[in-house]
Amino acid sequence: MHIFVLALATVLLALPASLRAAGVTTFELENGLEAVVIEDHRAPVVVHMVWYRVGAADEPPGKSGIAHFLEHLMFKATDELASGELSDVVFRNGGSDNAFTSYDYTAYVQRIAADRLDLVMGMEASRMDGLALVEEDISTERDVVIEERKQRTDSDPGTLFGEQIYAAAFLNHPYGVPVIGWKHEAEALTLEDAVSFYKQHYGPNNAILVVAGDVEPDGVRMLAERHYGVIPPNPNVRVRVRPSEPPQLAERRLSYSDPRIGNDYMTRVYLVPERDPGDQEEAAALAMLAQVLGGSATTSALARKLQFEDPKAVYTGAWYRERALDDTIFGLAIVPVEGVSLEEAESLLDEAVAEFLEEGVDAEELERIKTRIRAAEIYARDDISNLANLYGAALTAGLSVEDVDAWPDILQEVTEEDIISAARRHLDRRRAVTGFARQSEEVVR
Amino acid sequence: MNRLFCTLGLAILVAGPAAAVDIQEVTSPGGIKAWLVEERSIPFSALEIRFRGGGSQDRPGKRGAVNLMTALLEEGAEDLDAQGFAAARDALAASYGFDVHRDALSVSARFLTENRDEAVALLQSALTAPRFDQDALDRVRDQVHAVIRADDTDPDAVASRRFNALAFGDHPYATSIDGTVESVSALTRDDIVTAYKDVMARDRIFVGAAGDISAEELGLLLDTLLGGLPAVGAPLPNDAEVLLAGGVTLVPFDTPQSVAVFGHVGIPRDDPEFFPAFVANHVFGASGRQSRLGMEVREKRGLTYGIGAYLASFDLAQVVVGQVASANERIAETIEVTQEEWAKMAAEGVTEEELEEAKAYLTGAYPLRFDSNASIARIMVGMQMDDLGLDYVKTRNGKVNAVTTEDVRRVARRLYRPQDLHFVVVGQPEGLDGTN
Repeated sequence: MHIFVLALATVLLALPASLRAAGVTTFELENGLEAVVIEDHRAPVVVHMVWYRVGAADEPPGKSGIAHFLEHLMFKATDELASGELSDVVFRNGGSDNAFTSYDYTAYVQRIAADRLDLVMGMEASRMDGLALVEEDISTERDVVIEERKQRTDSDPGTLFGEQIYAAAFLNHPYGVPVIGWKHEAEALTLEDAVSFYKQHYGPNNAILVVAGDVEPDGVRMLAERHYGVIPPNPNVRVRVRPSEPPQLAERRLSYSDPRIGNDYMTRVYLVPERDPGDQEEAAALAMLAQVLGGSATTSALARKLQFEDPKAVYTGAWYRERALDDTIFGLAIVPVEGVSLEEAESLLDEAVAEFLEEGVDAEELERIKTRIRAAEIYARDDISNLANLYGAALTAGLSVEDVDAWPDILQEVTEEDIISAARRHLDRRRAVTGFARQSEEVVR
Repeated sequence: MNRLFCTLGLAILVAGPAAAVDIQEVTSPGGIKAWLVEERSIPFSALEIRFRGGGSQDRPGKRGAVNLMTALLEEGAEDLDAQGFAAARDALAASYGFDVHRDALSVSARFLTENRDEAVALLQSALTAPRFDQDALDRVRDQVHAVIRADDTDPDAVASRRFNALAFGDHPYATSIDGTVESVSALTRDDIVTAYKDVMARDRIFVGAAGDISAEELGLLLDTLLGGLPAVGAPLPNDAEVLLAGGVTLVPFDTPQSVAVFGHVGIPRDDPEFFPAFVANHVFGASGRQSRLGMEVREKRGLTYGIGAYLASFDLAQVVVGQVASANERIAETIEVTQEEWAKMAAEGVTEEELEEAKAYLTGAYPLRFDSNASIARIMVGMQMDDLGLDYVKTRNGKVNAVTTEDVRRVARRLYRPQDLHFVVVGQPEGLDGTN
């Protein structure tokens, strides 16, 4: 069963897909805008997205949350649109719109009838270089963002602890700062902060257009030329180079108590490499390691050892944040059954991993995972929004369309030895953060 | 800069196209009915099966039995134990989701065309010959306990539970289908087998299928998959009376933001005024700045990240219910604004302009729902459970467009009852007194 979802900072990654069979084409405009078109003619729908290569990890020190705050403010007035008009027009045309911010990207999306692509593209282009913020927009929307933080983070002990773990895992790199911002900094963000961030990072030469649905590539290109092609490149855009992590010399351990934690749990994150353009083999081994350790709630190595053979846990998990611009994390977690302490649970988890390294990968399990990855390429074609997200997230993480397309084959080529060797290289608790989260009576906030 | 064409700001366009799906009704040789959309471009099929009744069919004193039974359906069948079953399923790259809510138990399956027969045979074993092994029961019971404990300290869950308890008294709707730690601890394998027999029978099945499969193939599949189930299950529960009266219930909880769940009695799906009510509530409570609540509470005042209210028309009871979260020091204002809007809606209905915008959205958005095999299969099951005809996808937008401001005014007076509006507030709200 899969009814238990642990409130960790990251959930298990969906199996990847490549889209060679799915009608994916690309083009680039002279001003530097890159575009990906995914054809699916089954329904008269289009998903139109613009992904900017800027996220929370590109914020200036002391201004945490500005990337996300700006994302909210992008729905306010532009040179041509009144505040809120973009959403209202999308809505009046039966569409929906949204936006999201992560460490490496900020993305804007509309889903609408395919014959309205011209309309939404015109409006999206308007806010690519024409945002016209005024002071009145700032304070109300900042209140909204603070309520968002209260709702999604401060009301959820799992997310609060996740922030602490990331902060400990990244001493120097900005992945250690939460996307929504530290509360005291997010509360103090100003109009000038937003405008300055916008002028630094937004423009066609820092954007990726993803259009998926009932469209033809030539038609998309024509519209893109008309709406985006006339916007000059932003000369302030720089290649992203962020501070990197120093070698970890000391094991890091955290203990968190909160009366709102329903089930005590232990989690550990290791700093590991991400998928690099043209060089995804190490990442592929880590991705498969996460699958064989925790990809199935029933047959993975951790589930087998800790939930079936000698049941000591109600949940075990392994995950790998494979798409990132910079070094990233590999995580393990365990929720022990009642009567097993977190100290015991950690030992059991360590023993299970050590046993796994001794025994090697279950060949049948690996084969099943590879079968599911092949099938995922078929199933993925049923969900164009997800496909669009996959390309946008990969391209803003520094990967190319070729890297995305090559990834499933690289995963297929991963051997049992590759997986064990990656595990031996990276799963060293002296170079990790281990966190205990416990329910407590006293409030530690 | 003037790239935008000048008509943009007033671009209310005519209603979008009707849903472009061709639904067939299929009756298997054995007499099982299903709705099918044949879509051959991707070599897999999505299948959605629902058994009406679901989580509300727990027997007295056995709260949580149907939920635990549902969770055990994938934990072993025939000669396969839990791990054997998962391995067989994964080797086929099939997926079977088993879920239950207060009105139905649902099975959401997808399988490749290349191994459809094997995938269906394996699913058939789970539906008709689940093992309910004691070790699986004990293991999954621990997981259910973990879910219940997590909900005990989750303000959203605490608010919903209290709201349901106040709304539905001693009806099954009043309590969580998960049960309590105590009730779930007491469940035996016999209780699970009883729950299975009560719920999973052919007299309450609804099926939708979409994808790479013909009507004839689907007919044979249905008999293989479901023909072995018993013909008749346990009687379904009676309707629930909605007991909510106006007021505020406070649930003290140490958290920086208060959560409010609010509402009162609603309107049945088959009520002659359902469409006016649906359009009215869209204007009033849809998520986003376009609704009155979204505009007044979030957009103008910044009181919340999100607010919404919807018509929850369940099988056995109907409520209008909403949810919002605001900082402890601001929740009182949020509630005041919500109450004012509620009263205004009851008194005035909606304007001509609001009505036209809502119609444009609702009719334009409708065909966009039918965009994947998985969603088409789900929608078709919902339509059958709501007793809507095969032609509903073609007539639905016409029903929306026929609604007038007078229709809305009439139904709004009946639907929105400020005097009955009850708020359950979980948190440490400032300046807010409970009334009961």
